[in-house]
Amino acid sequence: MSGVMSEWWTYRAEDFLLFSPRVYWRLIELHNQALWPWQLLALLLGVLILASMLRPRPWSDRLIAALLAAAWVFVAWNFLWQHYATINWAMVYVVPLFVLQALLLVGIGTLKGDLSMPARWSIPRILGIALFLHALLLHPLLPAYAGRSISTAEVFGIFPDPLAIATLGMLTAAIPRHRAWPLLVIPGLWCLLSWLTLDTMEVRGAWVPLLAVVAAIAGRLWPRAR
Amino acid sequence: MHSHGKLSRRTVLQGMLLAAAASALPPLDTLAQEEKPGTRPIPSTGERLPAVGLGSWITFNVGNDPVLLAECTAVMEHFFQGGGRMIDSSPMYGSSQATIGHGLRQLGAVDQVFSTDKVWTSDADSGPAQIEESRAEWGVPRFDLLQVHNLVAWQAHLKTLFEMKEAGEVRYVGITTSHGRRHDRFERIMRNEPLDFVQLTYNVVDREAEQRLLPLARERGIGVIVNRPFQQGRLTERLASEPLPAWAEEVGAESWAQFILKFIISHPAVTCAIPATTRVDHVRENMAAIGPPLPDDAMRQRMAAYVRDL
Ligand SMILES: NC(=O)c1ccc[n+]([C@@H]2O[C@H](COP(=O)([O-])OP(=O)(O)OC[C@H]3O[C@@H](n4cnc5c(N)ncnc54)[C@H](OP(=O)(O)O)[C@@H]3O)[C@@H](O)[C@H]2O)c1
Repeated sequence: MSGVMSEWWTYRAEDFLLFSPRVYWRLIELHNQALWPWQLLALLLGVLILASMLRPRPWSDRLIAALLAAAWVFVAWNFLWQHYATINWAMVYVVPLFVLQALLLVGIGTLKGDLSMPARWSIPRILGIALFLHALLLHPLLPAYAGRSISTAEVFGIFPDPLAIATLGMLTAAIPRHRAWPLLVIPGLWCLLSWLTLDTMEVRGAWVPLLAVVAAIAGRLWPRAR
Repeated sequence: MHSHGKLSRRTVLQGMLLAAAASALPPLDTLAQEEKPGTRPIPSTGERLPAVGLGSWITFNVGNDPVLLAECTAVMEHFFQGGGRMIDSSPMYGSSQATIGHGLRQLGAVDQVFSTDKVWTSDADSGPAQIEESRAEWGVPRFDLLQVHNLVAWQAHLKTLFEMKEAGEVRYVGITTSHGRRHDRFERIMRNEPLDFVQLTYNVVDREAEQRLLPLARERGIGVIVNRPFQQGRLTERLASEPLPAWAEEVGAESWAQFILKFIISHPAVTCAIPATTRVDHVRENMAAIGPPLPDDAMRQRMAAYVRDL
């Protein structure tokens, strides 16, 4: 054990990166090709959630949580387990966390109905909706900013980064805030892991998931308006 | 006590039979390869191995991507064509073992490869199951060499590996480290265990192994596999903008990669260096480095000094 303790600082982030950027982006590209045109349906569901965040109805809060939960299970099974895990064995440990996130969303959001979308504007609501908008519309355009082919676009509901950022957005806006905190943990951790991965690959825009976490925490800690 | 006595009696008997056979006629393998330039004897048996092998960390972790699998197969094809034999992998390397298995099947090269893998799990009991999984990924009948990866749970795993060797389920046993980590523990194990191989980092700038580990390997008759010859590409990248010295041709180096490989494999303790690559031109370049001429000791010092002063 002491050996492990004394050598840990000799490791760099790149010692933990199992694959090259080329392999990673090709994986995303091939996954997009295989799924097309289901990305459009995922986007449509994202728009439905966004609309429900902007104009909450009596039933819509439970629906938002259910749709997000479904997306967490789908992404865990379809992308993480079936594809990403082929080049990153650590995903075997991440998949159960994604499923747990789905259970939390269903339990707290859908069944208990403890997460509500506020109807009045506030800083947390603005930040939350901005995060969701980013995940839905800007995140898939990141390849253009990073100088990659648009075929590596990561769409909400299909890939984990925009899903985690969108979920952070919903939870940043949600009331009461003490109900949202436990659900922020897993998407937040995923975003940090993703930031580390992208940063190690020296991807332009690697800071995006990190900024999402900062925005979500800032939104949640924002002093309540009197 | 009883079983121990039985075991050692069997070992002695086997040893006598082997010795008798060996004095009568040298193993065919050894004879056939004796004259081949660019090979080195494995100290514990005399079996000869080409001095450049092939690593698979990152480069062969390509998942199910058919285009990338074909590229890796092409690298393996040119590796074998260039006379290569040792391919090194680990259960830690994502899909690399499966990629190697794919390549071996496509090329029909199961008989050609010197299969080198590792056991890497902190749970000592799951070592054998992990090894069996790795073997299935490679599609080989048994591994030529199994190593304890980064000394993880090394006591238990070495016990397993020595038992497997005794039972003929693996031919050679070793341990690995890299980046100059854990050299003290490494040295202690080298002194106390009957290892066939050690694997460590050594190149023209990372030369710590010259102090104790390489001399000890020679003294104890342990083969040395050198990983990270190019510092995972950082070294070759850094040197790319620098001119090769004119005298590099005296050692037959036409590129920095060959300059570095020749430096490594000319160390008398080194059996084999295992650069990894995704590129056919690079694997050819690397395999071409195994032939003569190789630097002598004075030239090796000159090579190291030149790179240090760049
Ligand atoms: N603890 C351990 O047990 C341990 C630790 C580290 C490594 N290893 C083993 O040792 C192997 C080698 O180490 P490594 O892969 O870390 O690093 P390495 O072999 O020093 O470097 C690999 C890199 O060098 C580049 N390269 C290869 N041939 C080249 C050439 N002729 N000219 C220019 N660049 C060239 C490759 O890029 P291209 O693809 O562009 O050619 C690749 O990115 C590993 O693959 C692994 O099998 C074991």
